Order: sequence, then structure tokens, then C-alpha cells
Amino acid sequence: MVTFLLNGETVQAEVGPTETLLDFLRERRGLTGTKEGCNEGDCGACSVIVTGPDGAPLAMNACILFMGQLQGRAVRTVEGVSGPDGALHPVQQAMVDHHGSQCGFCTPGFITTMAAAHACGATDHEDQLAGNLCRCTGYAPIIRAAEAAASEPVPDWMHETTALPESEPPYPSPTSSDALAAWYAAHPDGTLIGGATDVGLWVTKQLRALKDICFTGRCNDLQQIEHTDAGLKIGAACTITQVLEAMRDRHPSFAEMLRRYGSVQVRNAATIGGNIANGSPIGDSPPALIALGAVLHLRKGDMRREMPLEEFFIAYGKQDRTPGEFVEAVTIPNQPDHLRCYKISKRFDQDISAVCGCFNIVVEGGKVTSARIAFGGMAGTPARATHVENALSGADWTAEVITVAQAAFEQDFTPMSDMRASASYRMQVAKALLQRCFDDSQGLATNVLVVRA
Amino acid sequence: MSVGTSSKHDSGKLHVTGAARYVDDLPTPAGTLHLAFGTSRIARGTITAMDLSKVASAPDVVAVLVAQDLPFANDVSPSAHDEPLLAEGSVHYIGQPVFLVVARSHLAARKAARLGDVSYEEETPILTIEHALAADSRFEEGPRVYAKGDVEAGLAVGTHRIDGSMEIGGQEHFYLEGHAALALPQEGGEMVVHASSQHPTEIQHKVADALGTPMNAVRVEVRRMGGGFGGKESQGNALCVACAVVAAQLNQPVKMRYDRDDDMMITGKRHDFRINYSVGFDDTGRITGLDVTHYTRCGWAQDLSLPVADRAMLHADNAYLLDHVRITSHRLKTNTQSATAFRGFGGPQGMLGMERVMDHIAHHLGLDPLAVRCVNFYTSGGDISKHGKPAAENTTPYGMQVTDFVLHELVAQLERSSDYQARRAKVADWNAQNAVLKRGIALTPLKFGISFTLTHLNQAGALVHVYQDGSIHLNHGGTEMGQGLFTKVAQVAASVFGVSLDRVQITATDTGKVPNTSATAASSGTDLNGMAVKAACETIRDRISDHLGGGAAFGGGTVTVGDTVLSFEEAVKSAYENRVSLSATGFYATPDVAWDRIAGKGRPFYYFAYGAAVTEVVIDTLTGENRILRADILHDCGSSLNPALDIGQIEGGYVQGAGWLTTEELVWDAHGALKTHAPATYKIPCASDRPEVFNVALWDGEALEPTIYRSKAVGEPPLMLGISALMALSDAVASCGAGYPDLHAPATAEQVLQAIGRVRA
Repeated sequence: MVTFLLNGETVQAEVGPTETLLDFLRERRGLTGTKEGCNEGDCGACSVIVTGPDGAPLAMNACILFMGQLQGRAVRTVEGVSGPDGALHPVQQAMVDHHGSQCGFCTPGFITTMAAAHACGATDHEDQLAGNLCRCTGYAPIIRAAEAAASEPVPDWMHETTALPESEPPYPSPTSSDALAAWYAAHPDGTLIGGATDVGLWVTKQLRALKDICFTGRCNDLQQIEHTDAGLKIGAACTITQVLEAMRDRHPSFAEMLRRYGSVQVRNAATIGGNIANGSPIGDSPPALIALGAVLHLRKGDMRREMPLEEFFIAYGKQDRTPGEFVEAVTIPNQPDHLRCYKISKRFDQDISAVCGCFNIVVEGGKVTSARIAFGGMAGTPARATHVENALSGADWTAEVITVAQAAFEQDFTPMSDMRASASYRMQVAKALLQRCFDDSQGLATNVLVVRA
Repeated sequence: MSVGTSSKHDSGKLHVTGAARYVDDLPTPAGTLHLAFGTSRIARGTITAMDLSKVASAPDVVAVLVAQDLPFANDVSPSAHDEPLLAEGSVHYIGQPVFLVVARSHLAARKAARLGDVSYEEETPILTIEHALAADSRFEEGPRVYAKGDVEAGLAVGTHRIDGSMEIGGQEHFYLEGHAALALPQEGGEMVVHASSQHPTEIQHKVADALGTPMNAVRVEVRRMGGGFGGKESQGNALCVACAVVAAQLNQPVKMRYDRDDDMMITGKRHDFRINYSVGFDDTGRITGLDVTHYTRCGWAQDLSLPVADRAMLHADNAYLLDHVRITSHRLKTNTQSATAFRGFGGPQGMLGMERVMDHIAHHLGLDPLAVRCVNFYTSGGDISKHGKPAAENTTPYGMQVTDFVLHELVAQLERSSDYQARRAKVADWNAQNAVLKRGIALTPLKFGISFTLTHLNQAGALVHVYQDGSIHLNHGGTEMGQGLFTKVAQVAASVFGVSLDRVQITATDTGKVPNTSATAASSGTDLNGMAVKAACETIRDRISDHLGGGAAFGGGTVTVGDTVLSFEEAVKSAYENRVSLSATGFYATPDVAWDRIAGKGRPFYYFAYGAAVTEVVIDTLTGENRILRADILHDCGSSLNPALDIGQIEGGYVQGAGWLTTEELVWDAHGALKTHAPATYKIPCASDRPEVFNVALWDGEALEPTIYRSKAVGEPPLMLGISALMALSDAVASCGAGYPDLHAPATAEQVLQAIGRVRA
């Protein structure tokens, strides 16, 4: 039995192991304001507001949110964004006043995302709404509405004040790393579910049945970011939103890349552990972490081991992880910031990288004293460009050396062609990104995102 | 008057509260069954065996149907009867429906649909333009050719001549609401269908044929769609027919909706084009002769491809007077999704081909592309308020006189308001100072023909009731897909009766109320249905007036006859009590249009809508990444019925058009499988892709023809404002070297980088 708040009222329900919140809302509660647009977390039409124990209202995609993840949380749908007496929320009124809806199908998702951002006082509207697609308006009136509502107070009814009764979660939901380790050791073929932004698609698109699932979202000790002697240790269940905040001052280029990782809804759910453990060659955090020399912490039962992150990725679809072993944390060594992250995708926001290049190059006295370079999208795994690193290490930091080093990409990578980019474009861009890294260091304007009319 | 004011969308409050219902939101009766298609895994071949036993025995499956199980017509084509609901022996694209699963839930149906074991004898699919030409795989007997003057002579007299070729990608509609249908069987073999369709009458027709009943046994209702954009003109037939057939067979309600991936794999998209051109011109860029050839991949079935390809030809001139021109169009049959209607209906592709020619000429001559465009414009229609006579020779390549041309004035105004010339100089300065990032700017005009080219479709009906309490019930043949049609038409009704808009109840489109409707398409919704509603309202208004003695004035919620002022309610009550009919139908048929699509001669359009846009972009010459920085638009809606809704169409159309030409890339693999079939891989613009500086204004004018309150259609034309984004990218790329960018669409980062390589070569 899962227990959660739905629009301020306590709900207790028997739920299937992979039943999504979207289906629950629409098919079992008749709350049809929440729409299915893509069923894969890419359009935002199903956005709802989820508030956890910390009280922060977070926009999330209901289509890839399993009911088991909601234990002890509060869910607010578009129906609960207007007041109990039918009064409109300021973002709703602004959307009406500014003609922000046309066909209206995406609108409930915009409303919930806007209301979540409004409750947090966020005014970076484009980033807040990057996970909501609209095909009618061209977004202009929606942004105008968000701006108009920004200064209005948060209505009282938006606060999740009702206390939830205690109840046993419907599926294994350990509350510590130790408990998780014990469960996984006993169920080595089970499936760990953090944010479900990847596993969710196994269910909604591949239509897989998952046996032996375990939700990691209640493991508080895995959601911590700690300063240790070795560096910043990030628990595997930390969301990308948490990691982004932690990187903002420490490695701002990493944070800027994470700003473009998925969307608010995805970053609020997706975990750093999941982004590593799934082994995708196009996950965006591994190249940055590898360039930073991150160390991966694995655990199986009471056994723990560590490795440089790049060694975890053996081949496409193959990681150095035994059954029952899980990613517990990743540590970023303390270091002065030299990281430059470049994400290349068809669309700037909420898109999967064609190429993601991360450069951690230290130049002292005009010479490269250290170079760690890692790429996503160039091989079957996230991988270092060791030949390029070697070509740079100890060399002068000059345009000539860059040209020589660019050629070394051919030794490091043999990229493939797919719907995101051709092999030749990927190779050309990998070389270009090294050039960009150099140009950046010379103070040239290289970033189209900061250019204004 | 209600018309001319920026009334809010009638469903705005329902949208923002989640209360607006779409088909999948309708409460369904207990026992409603759900459908999913099992689809072809190969692009071309013959079905040799089908083992559906695992499908049938899957949990919650009620039935599985194949073509032989269909009782009557196995046909969901809107045109040529070449599109079976379920494959008959052969398959023609990856995604084609082969069998139909009936299950107790949507999920159960989807799961079972993947369990089919179908064997095929595969044939080599025809996927590309080259394949199709080599195999002479095409619709119609050969290419269609429209011509004017003597193209060979025209090319010969030009001081300059260039040849070129451009690839133009297709486009997925990506309506946020996927296709959906709900069929409710009635007593006596009747059927009610709730559809997400732009064309309820066609649904009615196809369902009747599939059930073996006359059309009067089928009623189709459409309250709203979650976006259409042409993608719901014909592509909803399959779901509605499938639901109705199963509902009739099992006598149970049946619902079907496509999962997004299924929607993108099964349904058609915008036609992609290759456009080849040879153009002769003088030193000013004035065209002396143009020979242009369109090649379009229509996919496996004819659908609407012939009128789409026709309309591309009809816009191959865009805004330019051509004395000697030949337009040749090849409509190629390929083993891909059947390309279909999409906002602009071929017009954007044809127009883009012409704008590409302008861009190429200007580059060749080293002139400002705007100057080349202006020197080629049609002659101005002059002061349209005086119905000025056009120049004698101001005809399109298909022989239609252009009488309402306003682009000389409109473009001049936009050139000033956007500060085009100064900004063009600034762009050059920036490019001189920046090695990596380059800017570009372009102004492109549009002239878009308004009317269905199939002349008989230019008709509409309405049904209006005034109840005895003075409330007004409004119905017409148009469908609401977000464009604000219902709001505009309600404004018309309110204006005729002189009452406030809230007195008018807008109701769902219903084939039982207004019959024989045309698709809400071709931008014609307001033009046609607004006129029909006006006629119906005027009939009732005149009856009330006559009842009161004649000469009554309606306005401000009152009816004035001589010295007597009645409230509208009092006037209505009086009419009712004196047995005056307060219900009327209205009808409208667009006058003066006549078109011979084989000869390529006549007047296919009642009038033209105009507009122009200036876009400024920046590109990264290292990666090809690019962004729109600013857009300035001046668009002609005639005398706007609702400026806010019109501006909404313009902003949305521009962004959709720019998306088509930049990030929206459809990729098929070598087997003919579409690889971009979900938003994870197919990238429509998101919020940050809109121009940060976005100045949109309406041209202060009115329609020359007596359209509804002299407004002009606005649904499709603004999409073509997005062409300016592609031309601005071309301008930015051109700054990188001496060569011509030869930029293809969509101009993804990869395409832009390739173009940079070309100009530097």
C-alpha cells in the first residue's frame, strides 16, 4: 500500500510494481488534466508537482514516475493548482490573460511546472520550462505569462501541510545504504530504481515487466554530498539537480552543462548513480567526472571497492559491476577549476548529446602540465582521449600544438553515425571542441548562447 | 463590436485548469475496449504467413482482426482508395498496420500487438528520390508541368545564369495530443464517434463505408484537438474506422489512441522535397527565366499528395513576377509513411525553393538579397481601398491576376521598423571582428494563396439557435485545434446580434448538426465558417427585426426600433411569443474561384495573404551550432478579427517554421525505418529556441475581397515567415568565405558546418 498526498488529501492505494503515476491519475482517479504526450519524459505534458520530506516542490514527469516512488510524498496535479473554491493560481490567470494556451493540451503541464517554479521564486523561465514542449504558441506568450505571475504571492493552498500517516511502502524501499546493500545482495538480479528516468522507459516503451524491484529514493545517506579529504563525495542517489547546485561554484562549466541535462523534471528525478550505472555512452555526467579524475565507489553487501570512473566502462553495455553490486558514490578530487564542458546536440535544451567533450587542462607558464580529456558520444562508452592528452601534456599551449593534438583524436576514437550525427561530424566536432577550449583560453568569443541581438 | 477585439480563447480557463476535455479524457462506459495495431517490420514485401496465436492468447486480449475480418470497405484513404486499414497481402512501409488487437486495456493491447509472428517475402524498398525515379515509381502518369512564357528564351536572355539544387526535409506534426478515437455503438446499427480530427465529415464517410451503412447512421463529434497542423486532416481515419468496426462487431464501446512512437511511425508527415533550379537574370537580379523542378517523396499511398504537390507549384513564384517560367513536379511513390497535409500544404516548400533562388542570385551578384527580392516583386495592387486596378501584366505562372499585392509597402515598413539596413551593417562589423562566431540577417517576404485548390471544398455551413432566454447556441462545420476558430466565429455571432461574447455558447463540431463539411484546413476555417455563421445569424436577426416592424438596430445588448429600445432578451422573448423561428442555418460558398489543375490555369485562390520577417542569427563556425537572436515580423491579416489570436498564430507559426528548417530532422535508416520517432530524437523548438527579441506587428490593411469583416486567413501563412531564419543562416555562413553556402534544410549544426566547409573550399 503506497501512502501519499494527492492534491492535499491522503491517498492509500494498492499499486502495481511499475504502475506509473500518470496512469494512476488518469485511469484510477479520473484526474485527466494530466496529459500523456510522449510517455517518455520528453514533452512535459504530464508534469506534476512532487514535494518530498524536505518540503521543496519539484516538477516531475508523471509518465515515468512509478507509484512506489511516491511513498510519503505529496503530489499536486493541475487540478490542485487552482484553489479549493476554483480560484485560479496566478500562473493560471496569467496564462489566460496573455493568451498562453492555444490547443491547450500542453497547458496543464506548463501550469504545474510554472507553479512549481513560482513557489520556489525561480525566474529563469526558459530553463524552468525547457522540459515542456508547446507546438502552438512559439512560447512567447507563455514566457510573458511566467514573467507576469512572478511577483504574485504563492497561494496558501499550494503548501503541503497535511501530515501523512505512517505506512509500509508497497515495494522494497530501503532507507539506508546498508539496507539497500543487504537487499541487493539477496536479489542480485533485481532492478534498482532511483529516479526512473531511464528504467521508466523500459516499462513505458519496451513494455518490460520488472521483477524484484527496489526503490533507492529513501536512502538518505545516498543522497548526501560530503566534503572529504579526497574531495567532494556525491551519493549515488543524489539527483542531477543536487549535483548541479554543488557544481555551480566549484566547476561552473560542469554546472552549465548540467543546466542543459534533460529538463527540470528530469533533473529532479534522475540520479548521478543512475547516469553512471546505466553505462550509456551518451550520458552527460561521466565525461565531466572522468575529466575531473573522479573515483567511483562500488558496494556489494559489505564489500566496497573503488576505481577511476573511466575503468568502470568496459565496453558498450558492459560495466565493471557484478550482480548485486551497486554504485554507492562518486568522489570528485579537490582541485582548482580548469574544467571546460561542451555539449553538442541538435537542440540546446533537453536533448541528448551527439558529442559531449570535457577538458580539464592545466596550463602553467605557457605549458600544459596536465590534461584529462573525456568524451561522450565518440565511442561505445564514455572514454578518455588519451592520445590527445599525450599530445598536449608537457607541450606549449599554442595554436600549433592544438593542430597537432587534434589529429590524435583519430587514434582515440572511431565514432558511429546515427540519427543524432554522422561519424564524420562527430570527429570534426571533437577536434573543434579542442580548438574551442584553446580559443576560450585566449579570450575569444566562442559561445553562441551568450550572444545577444 | 465583438469582432476586432482581442477576446481570449474560449477555452483558456478550461485549458489552464485541466478541465478541457480531449478524446482520451472523455469518461467511457464500463466495458470499453481498447485497440492497438500490429505493424509491419519491413518496408516492402509480401506477407507469407501470419501466426497471431500469441497475440490472441495474451492477457486481456478479446480479439485479433486481420484484413479478412473486416466486413465492408478496408479503406481509410482520403483520395485514391489505395490505403487499406489493415494490410492486404503486401506491406509498403515500416509501421503499416497489419493486424488489430482488441483488449481490455490500452496497455494490454499495446503489449499484445508486439507478439505477432508475421513472415514476409521481402522486396527491395524504394526509399529515395533516386530509387523512385529509377523505378519510375510515382503518382500520376508523369511529372506535372505548369508554365508561362518561354522559359528557354527567358534563360537565354539573362546576363547571368546559375543552377542549383536544394534538399528540404519533411516535418513531423508533433501535435501534443496524439491521435485518438472513441466509438460508441447505438441502437439500430448507428454509430457515434468522438474523434481528434480536422475532418469530421470524412471520418463519417469512411466509417459509414467500413460499416456498410449510409452516412446518416454515423455521427462524428469533435470538441477540440490538442493540435492538428494538418496531421489530423486524413490520418485519423484509421483509428476511427478501427474503433467503429470493432464497436459494431462486438457491440461495445471501443477506444484507440496511438502511443507517441506508434503515432510517429504510422502517420504521415510533411513532404520532403528536392528542388532543382536554373535561373537567368540581369545585373540587378531581375529574373528573366526560371526553370524549377520539384521532386517530392509522397510515401506509399496517395493521400493528399497531389494537391500538396500542386500547392508547392502554386507557390514556386512566391512574391515574384516571372515572365518566363516552367515548374515541373514529380510526385514519387516511396516505401515510407504516406506524407500528408502539414500547415502550408506544400506551399512552404515551393516558396522556400524560390527564396533559395533569390538568395543564390544575390550571392552571385554580391547584392543585398533584399534588393534582389524587391526588384522582382509583383506590381503593387495600389490603394486597395479604392479597388485600384492592377497592372495589365501581373499574373502568376498559373495565369491568376495578382490584384492585392501589398509587399512593396509592407516590406518597406518592416525594413524601417526592424532597422534592417543598420543592423545589416552591424552584422558585417561583428563578422569582421569575430573569428569564431558569425552573424547573419535576412528579410524574406511571403505571399500565400487562400482557398482550397479543389474548388468544391470552398463551402461551409452553420447552425445557430437563439433560445427564448436570449442565449445563443452556435455550431458550424469548422473544428477547433487551438487556432481560436471557435472564439473568432463566436465574435462574429456576437457582433451580428450586438451582444457580448459571453452570451454565445460554442458547441462541439457535430456532423449531425452541420453536414457535408470540408476539413478545417487551408487556413480557411474562419473565412468559410465565419461567413456561414454570419449568414445564419443575420437570418435570425432579420426575422426579429421584421417581427418588430423592420429596421431594428442591434448593438450593446439592445435592439432599437425607432424610439423603442428593448433589451436583446426582450426582443427575443417577443419574437418567440409571436411564433418567430429563432433557429437558422447559414451557408457560404467562396465566389469567383475556378481552377484547372491539369492545365495549371485559372484562379485557384480567392485572395493572397502577405507577410515578411527579418531574422538575425549567430553561428559557431567550429561546430555549426546556431541560434536565432531576433525576429521582426509584419504580417497581413487584413482587418483582424482578433489581433491577439492572430499574433498567437504568427508567433507560433514562425517558431514552427523555423523549427522545420533548423532542428527538426527526420532520419530514416537504410531499411526504411524511421529512427526519429519520439521527442527524444526528434527535436521541435523549446522555449529557449524562440527569438529572445520577438517583435510581431499586424499590417494595417484590409482584404480587397469581401471576406468576413475584411479579415484574412492566418492559419498557415506565418509558418513561412520561418524561411527568414534559414536565409539568415545562409547569410552567416556566406560570411565565412567566397563560395555559396548551398545550405540545405533542416540546417542542423551538422548541415551548417558542412556549408561552412563549402564556402571555404
